Amino acid sequence: MSAPSAFHAGAAPRVALFATCLADRFFADACADAVRVLRHLGVEVEVPVGQTCCGQPAHSTGNREEAVRMARHTLATFADADHVVLPSGSCAGMLRRFYGELLGTPAAAALGARTWELAQFLVHILGAAAGPLGTGLAGRRVAYHHGCHALRELGVHDEPLALLRACGADVVPWDGDTECCGFGGLFSTRFPEVSVGMADRKLDVLPDVDAVTSSDGGCLLQLAGRALRRGREQRTGGARGAPRPGPPFVHLATLLREGLEGAGGPRP
Amino acid sequence: MSFADSPSEYAAASARILRDEPTMRTAVTGAARSKDDRRRAAWSQIDIEAWRDWARDLKSHVLTHLDRYLEEAERRLIENGVRVHWAETAEQACAVVASVAVVHRVRRVVKAKSMLTEEIGLNAHLETHGIEVRETDLGEYIIQLLGEPPSHIVGPSLHRSLDDCRRLFHERFGTPLDAAPEILAATARRVLRDDFLQADLGVSGANFLAADTGTVALIENEGNIRISTSLPRIHVALVGIEKLVPELEDLAGMIQLTARSATGQPIGNYVSLIQGPRRPGEPDGPDEVHVVFVDNGRSALLADEHAWETLRCVRCGACLNICPVYRQTGGHAYGWAYSGPIGAILAPAILGLEESMPLPFASSLCGACAEVCPVRIPIPELLVYWRERAVAADLTPPMERLAMKAYANLAERPAAFGAASDLVRFLPIVKGGRALPVLGSWTGARGAPEPSTERFLRKWEQTYGAAHESSVRGKEEGQ
Repeated sequence: MSAPSAFHAGAAPRVALFATCLADRFFADACADAVRVLRHLGVEVEVPVGQTCCGQPAHSTGNREEAVRMARHTLATFADADHVVLPSGSCAGMLRRFYGELLGTPAAAALGARTWELAQFLVHILGAAAGPLGTGLAGRRVAYHHGCHALRELGVHDEPLALLRACGADVVPWDGDTECCGFGGLFSTRFPEVSVGMADRKLDVLPDVDAVTSSDGGCLLQLAGRALRRGREQRTGGARGAPRPGPPFVHLATLLREGLEGAGGPRP
Repeated sequence: MSFADSPSEYAAASARILRDEPTMRTAVTGAARSKDDRRRAAWSQIDIEAWRDWARDLKSHVLTHLDRYLEEAERRLIENGVRVHWAETAEQACAVVASVAVVHRVRRVVKAKSMLTEEIGLNAHLETHGIEVRETDLGEYIIQLLGEPPSHIVGPSLHRSLDDCRRLFHERFGTPLDAAPEILAATARRVLRDDFLQADLGVSGANFLAADTGTVALIENEGNIRISTSLPRIHVALVGIEKLVPELEDLAGMIQLTARSATGQPIGNYVSLIQGPRRPGEPDGPDEVHVVFVDNGRSALLADEHAWETLRCVRCGACLNICPVYRQTGGHAYGWAYSGPIGAILAPAILGLEESMPLPFASSLCGACAEVCPVRIPIPELLVYWRERAVAADLTPPMERLAMKAYANLAERPAAFGAASDLVRFLPIVKGGRALPVLGSWTGARGAPEPSTERFLRKWEQTYGAAHESSVRGKEEGQ
């Protein structure tokens, strides 16, 4: 892990939060939690109002023209930001890995280079794994799902685990934690049976934990949605006794905020 | 039968396999995981990243100078006494083999495992000429008995469990239902022995062909390729034009890298290096050796400035083994010879893009395949490339195109985008409704995702107001 630079040098970096369209709608609290964690570490956070969608849904489905339009809009929206931080490895991967090629401009490549997935930013730019977070997760058993794009497009693996541990969490090994959950955007509705089979594989080997977490809301929707249905089928399937409700699927930003001050702390 | 007859049936075939044949998922996942574990162990013993760079560069070099190496290979092969044929299409390749067989009045053919012969449909073609074809690789033999196509590039019968094989052999050869795997293998060996002795012609593929010496290289574990290519009086090797390496010496690295990636072995149990027919004074070997160079879409692929890297593929199957999509169904759902990630990017080149739909979309783009490709083919990028070509050719659902255009239109207008986003929590998906097909596909087997009661951006705007022109800056309150 790189040396904590800006944070310890005393210069407060200015961060523009890109909530991402999915987290904005389905993980609003997690977005607020990301702001809270960043502020706790002395970061000035702004949320550009013009932000919409990074263009990944269009890009991954081959709709290049539309992807370019959304990338261009995003580039204009975040042009002035020192750093762009996203509570999503998938969308961060889109900016970092594909904007340069899609738009073909130095500005697009430069935006990608100062774009970070939340855990990546907390660890590499703020040095947060070294201790400035709280220990509000002490005693919590957590399973971490590595979103594919955080893992393979951004190379983020140890960062979220280090942060969770720094907050006192017990990160429980999960066989297949680096395997795809089966979401894949429109893949999940185009081939629902295969997509669900992929989620099942992960849920089948999920260890006994208090929470499942990830930096990507899409993966969490997929895993939580499937776990919910499996739980219901179990109940109607005549199994004796009420099945234990499964663990909640919580965004990493929310767990880290709980780590700061224990669950239920104030939000921005 | 659980396989699709064409890629176009992928969605239905994959659903059918998962619903009707749950044991197939278990068998495929188990076999693929174990192959992947062995690959990982075998890779860890060498400086794999350096090997992968080397192999990528070597194959890229050959492909960049393919005309030169093909001419050189042809010259050497002819000097070695090999008869060289060129086939532009699958039909031509089949016709070449058939004509060799007909000229020599061949009645029986034994086949070494070859994906290229699956690609061109050789067996069915030879059978129309009244020629008996026997697969001699154990896995291929099993699926030939079952009447199934291969479900994996390296392990054609990996979708079948040991119990499936026990039942098959019990019905065919009367072995006990609880026969040990060794008994099954010995039974196959005994039956196949007669086929080897009676065959007039052996057909093989080629893992590599060294241009400088005209050497056909074949890797295997069972010895059936060695026999198929040396016992019958004629040997025909079908070679994809991308299989060349410049020098004999290059085989040393490529064979090891392929074996490590495919099966986790440092090298195959048998490696055959074939340099022509039996020479005067030699006790073994065929009287005639033919090499058929097969194009079948490859030179067009080579001319594609984006997708040409696909041709580096050494058919190790590592991308199938690690692919979480492939692991759900095995290869039959893909509806043609090559399945998994590599199959999805080969199909548009060999079958045509329209005929390949929806295979380029049958991936969650998780990227695991790119991490295990020994020749570093950028598979996820190429999947996206073919998706873009599919969109450009109007091969994707019109509704999806329209929706994407509408979404992009909205995304360029933040106020409208925000207003539309506010409506998400009122979508019928919340109630498990089926107002839109996309939502129904989600809620069929998954609980409905629950939108936040209020969007983050809306809440932020309300808290801090739209006082600033370009951005809303959080104040220090609440700290």
